[in-house]
Amino acid sequence: MAQITRLQELAYEVKIEEVMTRDPVTVSPETSMSDLRAILRDHRISGAPVVEDGVLVGIVSIEDLIKALAAGEMDAQVGAKMTRDPMTVYADETVVLAVNYFDRQRFGRFPVIDREGELVGILTRGDIIRGLLKQLELEYHQEEVLRHRFSQVFEEFIADLTSITLHRQVVARDFQNAGEASSRIKRVLGRLGVSPQIIRRVAIATYELEINIVIHTDEGGEIIAEIQPQKILIRAVDRGPGIPDVAKAMEPGYSTAPDWIREMGFGAGVGLTNVKRCADEMLIESPGGLWTSVKVVIYLDQNQPAGEKQAA
Amino acid sequence: MKLKEICRELGLEVRTAKEKLGREVTGGYASDLLSCVMARAQSGNIWVTLQGHPNIVAVASLLNLAGIVLTEGVEPDAGTLTKAEEEGVAILTTPLTSYSVVGKLFDLGVPGAD
Repeated sequence: MAQITRLQELAYEVKIEEVMTRDPVTVSPETSMSDLRAILRDHRISGAPVVEDGVLVGIVSIEDLIKALAAGEMDAQVGAKMTRDPMTVYADETVVLAVNYFDRQRFGRFPVIDREGELVGILTRGDIIRGLLKQLELEYHQEEVLRHRFSQVFEEFIADLTSITLHRQVVARDFQNAGEASSRIKRVLGRLGVSPQIIRRVAIATYELEINIVIHTDEGGEIIAEIQPQKILIRAVDRGPGIPDVAKAMEPGYSTAPDWIREMGFGAGVGLTNVKRCADEMLIESPGGLWTSVKVVIYLDQNQPAGEKQAA
Repeated sequence: MKLKEICRELGLEVRTAKEKLGREVTGGYASDLLSCVMARAQSGNIWVTLQGHPNIVAVASLLNLAGIVLTEGVEPDAGTLTKAEEEGVAILTTPLTSYSVVGKLFDLGVPGAD
């Protein structure tokens, strides 16, 4: 019944030391709560292990800080407010163990120790998801088949800045494989649980940019899609010959495609119009006719304006 | 209306992705310009065209179209058939003209994408 996803498999394969944050910021039991506040703020962290003479004695979090703040006890020492003898995990254990701990315990982070008991890192949910996504991205580059959605995971960790970047080379005049980059990006978005309307807009925009590289460049180029929690950035970069008149190229119906390409149904002169209609933001650069870069932003938030939605 | 019923009513020859014939067709679109198809055709639409090269599969797959009808006896390229089978895109062929196919689809109650 329960299908094992690749993400779950990875949780069994990847070790905690591969995803944890090394050399974590630590505090001592004598640190005052007001100093702790500055430390957490400066390092943009939400908790820290408490170490005394090299030995882990506790853990203190932003929650403890808020309680102290509410009670007017900011002069108190960390030692009095921390959680003593915190649950720890071993660096050489697998990530799945920590995932189970996070499920069952209310803690937001676990100190990581080696088998000698030495503190070597700290582990948050964010560390786990970044580590696993990085692994998935590596596998994507190896062109292994990704089979699973991890939308729930994305939602759960939405607070963390997590992104996936996909690169795909596009070969000039290769009409046989044109559309491959867009298909791959579409597939990944589908697995991430992105809404069909957004996928449609990304698919149309990347397809047109990809086809432009196939039709108009001498040496091809690259499509790069960066998927962030709030938006998708698409960049199409090529090595020339560039667009002499960008404003003209944006006019619907204007095309420089030769007849043999038009006969295949390409080069109708509405490609960039299509991209613009699907994009929340679009920027074309083609300096001195040397190369062209098109940047497109599509927000994942449904409330963002988009022409494609009105047209649909 | 299901793709299967459309194939039967119009006498279309199913060339690829027989497993997709149970799909519901949401509407139709006809054009030989790929960017126009990208702009207008909607998910679940049937697309009527004269183009037989492999890129029609990419377009249909990206838009999640229900199927492609190749008219006037156009023979899809070998690469098109292989790719369509891989991607699960139904390709249907007919000796009828695009005009007639669209007319018959309308008679069957398949609406335009607009």
